[in-house]
Amino acid sequence: MATTLFEKLWLEHEVEQLDDGDSLIYIDRVFLHERTGSVALESLSSEGRKVRAPERVFCSMDHIVDTLPGRGDETMVPAGTAFIQSTRQASRQAGIRLFDVNDADQGIVHVISPELGIVQPGCTLVCPDSHTCSQGALGALAWGIGSSQAEHAMATSTLVVKKPRTMRVTFRGELSPTVTAKDLILHLIARYTTAGGSGYAIEFAGEVVEGLDVEARLTLCNMAVEFSAFTAVIAPDQKVIDYLRGREYAPAGADWGRAEAFWRTLHSDPGAHFDREIEVDCGELAPCVSWGTSPQQACAITGAVPEIDPGLSETDRASQQRAYDYMGIAPGQDLRTLAIDAAFIGSCTNSRISDLRRAADVLRGRKVAPGVRAICVPGSQRVKREAEAEGLDKVFTEAGFEWREPGCSMCFFAGGESFGFRQRIATSTNRNFEGRQGPEARSHLASPATVAASAVAGHLADPRDYL
Amino acid sequence: MEKFLIHSGVAAPLLRVNIDTDAIIPSREMKLVSKKGLGEGLFAGWRYTEAGGRTPNPGFVLNQPGYKGATILLSGRNFGCGSSREHAVWALAEYGIRAIIAPSFGVIFQGNCERNGILPIVLPETVVQSLATQVAADPQSQRLTIDLQQQSVIDPQGTAHAFDIAPSSRQMLLEGLDQIGLTLNRLDRIEAFERDFRERRPWLFATNP
Ligand code: SF4
Repeated sequence: MATTLFEKLWLEHEVEQLDDGDSLIYIDRVFLHERTGSVALESLSSEGRKVRAPERVFCSMDHIVDTLPGRGDETMVPAGTAFIQSTRQASRQAGIRLFDVNDADQGIVHVISPELGIVQPGCTLVCPDSHTCSQGALGALAWGIGSSQAEHAMATSTLVVKKPRTMRVTFRGELSPTVTAKDLILHLIARYTTAGGSGYAIEFAGEVVEGLDVEARLTLCNMAVEFSAFTAVIAPDQKVIDYLRGREYAPAGADWGRAEAFWRTLHSDPGAHFDREIEVDCGELAPCVSWGTSPQQACAITGAVPEIDPGLSETDRASQQRAYDYMGIAPGQDLRTLAIDAAFIGSCTNSRISDLRRAADVLRGRKVAPGVRAICVPGSQRVKREAEAEGLDKVFTEAGFEWREPGCSMCFFAGGESFGFRQRIATSTNRNFEGRQGPEARSHLASPATVAASAVAGHLADPRDYL
Repeated sequence: MEKFLIHSGVAAPLLRVNIDTDAIIPSREMKLVSKKGLGEGLFAGWRYTEAGGRTPNPGFVLNQPGYKGATILLSGRNFGCGSSREHAVWALAEYGIRAIIAPSFGVIFQGNCERNGILPIVLPETVVQSLATQVAADPQSQRLTIDLQQQSVIDPQGTAHAFDIAPSSRQMLLEGLDQIGLTLNRLDRIEAFERDFRERRPWLFATNP
């Protein structure tokens, strides 16, 4: 029978079907981080339970570590040091591999997992972090869970999961070279709303996706959770195989050949049935930017803040009005007239080497506009080293950007460092919720190139004017 | 985990869409490496007059005398979207919330609720709206009753609104069960699967470099 990629991954890991539509799914890898990992590990051991397969559990310090140069365990997040130290201790006790604060492989979970070859096509990987869906970009079944489920996965090597429905999103046409994966996903969510993927495991497909490199695919899958999807997957191809070859945790020796042969079977068969199909024509796409407090409140950078659709429900209309008020904008306003206070390049969405290169292409030989605070936070130590070897750090610092240590940093406000009250930020992150990046901070989601262009212009700007 | 059978309580309307987990428990309120001590930080950004402060904001629904002791929340679509932090649910539970009624939920959040004794109930927006209107007349006396066995919400006028819930979630809540313990009973089955799986995909079991 013609089977979808998702179903192949599911069946591959289904230990058994339980009575009521749930399945017991085998979990190959668990990734933790210091914000929730130590709570899960400690709660597990307080109940006298053990991590069943510690060699397949990993942990990174990324969420609340400081990202200022010269950092240690001290962090500006209230009580953050306790989280860092207890994670270190709990990881040691459980015998799991920890990518500690200044480890040469430390970085944001969803950046280092692919980078080290921990996530692989055909494996299941879970992490108590909602952006775990990013890792589906390599053809893995990877999804975000809560802490209790992380405990469950560590204690039993399984999770009880309800099988989601399947959706294929096919991106067709020819993508302009100045339009990126970030623009694609923002466009998709704006068009189909944040509820568009609810209840579905999504496969991203089509010639546009095939044309994306592995890093761009990670960006695309990253925001599947903003689309409310269970997760996203992309069929692994030669690019993924080439990407993984030689990485630390990738199969080695005789295993490599067997793994590669298996990976080549991981695609939806012709004629496989999806519960829903969406096609997006990418020919006309422009760089996208969010204007409101939900990722669906986004439009082309050349557009204007939309009016409230009178057909919306009362709750929706009130929510949209609230978004205008919060963001300090009015319907009809040209987005490129919005002056920014800050620019942020980083996060699990857009902090990989290709992202930094794209931003650097805009910044080379230019300066950040006066009064704009600009920050670049590489996603991992490896990305940082690679960028420095190429001289990108110089491009950023000479333009006026701060150059930081890897971590989530100001992607989210945890009470420590943040952007100022009501500041307007062009940001390469994934969430523009109220207060996400600071008290009443106004976040505009965009690609690294758009953020860089906006930093230079001093207002939201079209990167095509700078490339 | 506390069992959920029948519950009657004061219901507070918070009818916004997309209330995310960071609004439920701001990251800055997660101060202890623990599941406890989070109730005070619940909705902190809205509940108090300033970030990090503890002066109640009189405009926020849970601070209004009528909604004192609320144990049920009524909300707009996609409640609990955003970050997967389970702290949001621990904060709600510690505050005393037993059930949340909304047209839809963030998927990770919904599962987290069920694993922590909070019942997430999906009802159409129009029903949620009408429940909110009914309780608003006098929240302390116009209580909602939720019967999980019968899978229905009984409004102050006595009308029952049926809701769906996955049988496994229902059982977990009714019996207050710990899922890890349940699964560990199947360890034989898991180990048998694992032996076979390891044969087929040995590279997934290769040890660390
Ligand atoms: S970078 Fe931001 S979105 Fe990504 S894992 Fe860190 S906090 Fe979450």
